[in-house]
Amino acid sequence: MAGEKNVGLVLLDFWVSPFGQRCRIALAEKGLPYEYVEENIMAVKSDRLLRSNPVYKHIPVLLHDGRTITESLIILQHLDQVFPDTRPLLPADPYERAHARFWADYVDKKVYGSGSKMYTEPQMQTNIEMVDILKTLERELGEKEFFGGEHGFGFVDVALIPFTAWFESFDRYSFKKKSFDRYWGVKVAEVAPKLVSWAARCQERESVSNSLYSPEKVYDFAGMMRKDFGIE
Amino acid sequence: MAEPVKLIGTFGSPFVHRAEVALRLKGVPYELILEDLTNKSELLLRHNPIHKSVPVLLHGDRPAICESLLIVEYIDEAFDGPPLLPIDPYDRAMARFWAQFIEQKCAKPFWMALWLNDGDKREVFVKEAKENMALLESRLHGKRFFAGDTVGYLDFAACGLALVLGVLAEVTGLSLVGEDEFPLLRRWADDYTSEETVKACLPPREQLVAHFSGKKDRIKLAVNAMACQM
Repeated sequence: MAGEKNVGLVLLDFWVSPFGQRCRIALAEKGLPYEYVEENIMAVKSDRLLRSNPVYKHIPVLLHDGRTITESLIILQHLDQVFPDTRPLLPADPYERAHARFWADYVDKKVYGSGSKMYTEPQMQTNIEMVDILKTLERELGEKEFFGGEHGFGFVDVALIPFTAWFESFDRYSFKKKSFDRYWGVKVAEVAPKLVSWAARCQERESVSNSLYSPEKVYDFAGMMRKDFGIE
Repeated sequence: MAEPVKLIGTFGSPFVHRAEVALRLKGVPYELILEDLTNKSELLLRHNPIHKSVPVLLHGDRPAICESLLIVEYIDEAFDGPPLLPIDPYDRAMARFWAQFIEQKCAKPFWMALWLNDGDKREVFVKEAKENMALLESRLHGKRFFAGDTVGYLDFAACGLALVLGVLAEVTGLSLVGEDEFPLLRRWADDYTSEETVKACLPPREQLVAHFSGKKDRIKLAVNAMACQM
């Protein structure tokens, strides 16, 4: 970006990855310029990616000052530490930080864990799990504008918001197939209305709207993945 | 007057150990409340309704802090004393990365391999665990502990390998790791369990063996049931 101080950040990413999107949102919230590199992880992985993440060979990868940092939540915390003059994602109080880390970890373990079964498993069990997860998140959000509470849009919001583009896919896949499955269908707006409002509020932030893709595009991508996994 | 600290745990858990050793290194007095996880107390379920697991840290009137490595980070930030995580941001990111790696890529496959009935499935997990242990071992080159000269976050993250792997091998009769394999990790395990603060909160080995022998059948049942769903 012209006139911006080059802080030497490069992000290896994949357009639809919710983990990559977390990093894009964080960088935008912090006003940090960076070079975005699209890695086509569906095809052959680049040498650069394999060199910078030899253990997991996946994105996102943040390159900074000749060093690589991987795993989205680790990248987010790293950005907070290395750029302390930018908008922090985590609050300052140790308890509030632990609380935020807990819920971001919950998103990783449960939302991603359960949601990714959409690729590999018939719908029923996944729906039951997902309803429980959505209700839990709804309770945690409560009447807050953002999960960050007094801190505002923060760590947990950034961790969760990319997955909301997948809700639509979840809704639509949960109602597909036999009419028997209809009974188990999940309508996110009915199960977690506060979460849906929260997602809309997040989308009003430029950092979010510039980083996420439409639910329609995500749905098409999910369909392709399901075909790859032989679900349809 | 310092706010009281309580740690809800259970006997023999490396996860609980992480929180205990962190508190001790910071010189924080605490009350340890031991749970029978087959009969979870109202206290535990109230404070950790999401995961219903130990450890759980209660610091004064604050809501509970859960998940062992998050508890260690909290202890590091909330109390004075020697730092538990690296100060340098990049080293800190690396410590978190390798801690996650240990959980997902070493501990999990070893756990599965120890308890699975199916020999073929077991072999797959053993292979995976050993490949990952080799990667982990490379982090020890030129260092006494993962954290450097003194124990720290990454050593706590790896503690299960030092504390229970050998015990579980004895209990299951399965020696998954050969005597000549992973010399650096073996040396690290000895150094870790001999470290003064660590040693002070470790139960005697015979007690650990007896404890896991008693749970053996129950664990086998649970793990094999879970494996069927995988």
